[in-house]
Amino acid sequence: MSREVWILAEHAGGRPRKITYELLGKARALAEALGSRVTAVALGSGVGALAADLGAHGADRVLLGDAPALGQYTADAYTAALAPLVAAERPFLLLIGSTASGRDLAPRLAARLGAGIVTDCAAVDLDGEDVVATRPVMTRKALARVAFQADVLRIAVVLPHIFPPAAEDRARSYETVPVPVPVERGAARARVVDVTPVARESVPLTEADIIVSGGRGLRGPENFALLHRLADALGAAVGSSRPPVDSGWVPHDYEIGQTGKTVNPQLYIACGISGAPQHLAGMSGARCIVAINRDPQAPIFQVATYGIAGDLFQILPLLTEEVRRLKAAQQG
Amino acid sequence: MHVVVCVKQVPDTEAPIRIRPDGQGVDESGLTFVMNYYDEHAVEEAIRIKERAGGTVTLIAAGPARAAEALRAGLAMGADQAIHIQDPALDGLDHLALARVLTAAIASVPYDLVLCGKLATDDNAAVIGPALAEFLDLPQATAVTRLELGDGTATAHREVEGGVEVLEISLPAVVTVERNINEPRYPSLPGIMRAKRTPITVKTIADLGVDLGGSGAARVRLLGLAPPPARPPGRMLEGEPAEVVRELVRLLREEARVL
Repeated sequence: MSREVWILAEHAGGRPRKITYELLGKARALAEALGSRVTAVALGSGVGALAADLGAHGADRVLLGDAPALGQYTADAYTAALAPLVAAERPFLLLIGSTASGRDLAPRLAARLGAGIVTDCAAVDLDGEDVVATRPVMTRKALARVAFQADVLRIAVVLPHIFPPAAEDRARSYETVPVPVPVERGAARARVVDVTPVARESVPLTEADIIVSGGRGLRGPENFALLHRLADALGAAVGSSRPPVDSGWVPHDYEIGQTGKTVNPQLYIACGISGAPQHLAGMSGARCIVAINRDPQAPIFQVATYGIAGDLFQILPLLTEEVRRLKAAQQG
Repeated sequence: MHVVVCVKQVPDTEAPIRIRPDGQGVDESGLTFVMNYYDEHAVEEAIRIKERAGGTVTLIAAGPARAAEALRAGLAMGADQAIHIQDPALDGLDHLALARVLTAAIASVPYDLVLCGKLATDDNAAVIGPALAEFLDLPQATAVTRLELGDGTATAHREVEGGVEVLEISLPAVVTVERNINEPRYPSLPGIMRAKRTPITVKTIADLGVDLGGSGAARVRLLGLAPPPARPPGRMLEGEPAEVVRELVRLLREEARVL
């Protein structure tokens, strides 16, 4: 087994995704503690241009699996490309982002390689020669500390927006190594026939620093406009608790909670959200939580950094105005 | 169309939990257990497929005696038969070893499609579905929000970052489902009565002919569970709305430093 820390570089539109920089940041810290180096694996079609970005953000070596068959992620194609590389070099640890494709790929890769896998990692640390991961479980009512056994291949699937991204240094030297991509025999048994972009997302919820989120207290779909206005002023993303999704006010991709997304923003503004355990499961990792709710007894106030028991229809427009004034002053 | 659904029994997510003093699990006394929320959607999807295309729905669960309740709940919704893997050795298995055991159980019945929930709400792992696909050598689609079956193929919609992906897979396949794929039905009274009469096939790991050998050793181990760190006590802001809002923005900027 080598001492290297590997990351799978996720990318979109010819650029690494934010999670990739976060993985590189974590990998650099671990590799320095181990006295080893960082290898980034980039799979796709026409991915050569990624190497410079990955090198500048901490990769010592970039393995490029470049083939038209990898142009669209599928579990079959990516597992076939990645498994032989990992099996051949047996890195100390492989970090994969907890994204739609990362969550799809990592367990299948682990099953093929007989690797140890820990998903949803909020922390990955060295404890002597052990790799110890911390992950939220039981609707975030507990944190589990999990250790990989010493002699296994280790795959950690890491939550987005927790680790600080790697610093950029365009002068860093790195090595680029093209790797063979296995050619699929016969017809592919899975293929992506379409990807329809969802236009609304300026920043994906899981990557947003600030989230403005609404619940049942908004009373109707039209009132999400209040949240969007505040979010525009803040440069924030808009989310929701479960009731607005169940009522059809907003699509499911807005939902934050046990049955939706897990988010870790710097600031979470919960508007008209009571704070059911299933919602807290998705957002109580936020650094600062603001709760605005009519009911002073609402459980959301127990996790709130700042609480306002009041009428959100009065407060949100005032808050939007106040934020606009602040932003204008900060720019001026 | 023969559909197999893997179900798990988990603590009710609304219930408070008590971590055992040894940190190796939660105190089960007084805890309510239910079928994993996402698995209800998988069972519902399977029953809808049976209603449209005929065939059978087989449920498989691995777990202690109480897990039979989750199987009964699925039978009451309309599943035809259930296999309960019960074995003291289940406790020491990691997800991949458990997936090996489930794979053997799936292979013991006819199947065109294997459905799972996208994750279990107790351990949040989301490992079993893709691991089953690998061990059964089948294509997979995870976190699926819409599933359409064709002739030997299926079209699956998945939410991906910034969009919706449409994936075409050949059958048989393993599909894990999101909660918005359907609205699970409540069991009917006749369904509940039938579920009580339906025998559940109980099997041990040895009955399934699984020899975990070296791969049975857990590759990860739980060091312990702990409550999440307490959040520092919050502050209620009181006063006239305009005043409260000004104070909030000041605190966010000067104290929390998030603006």
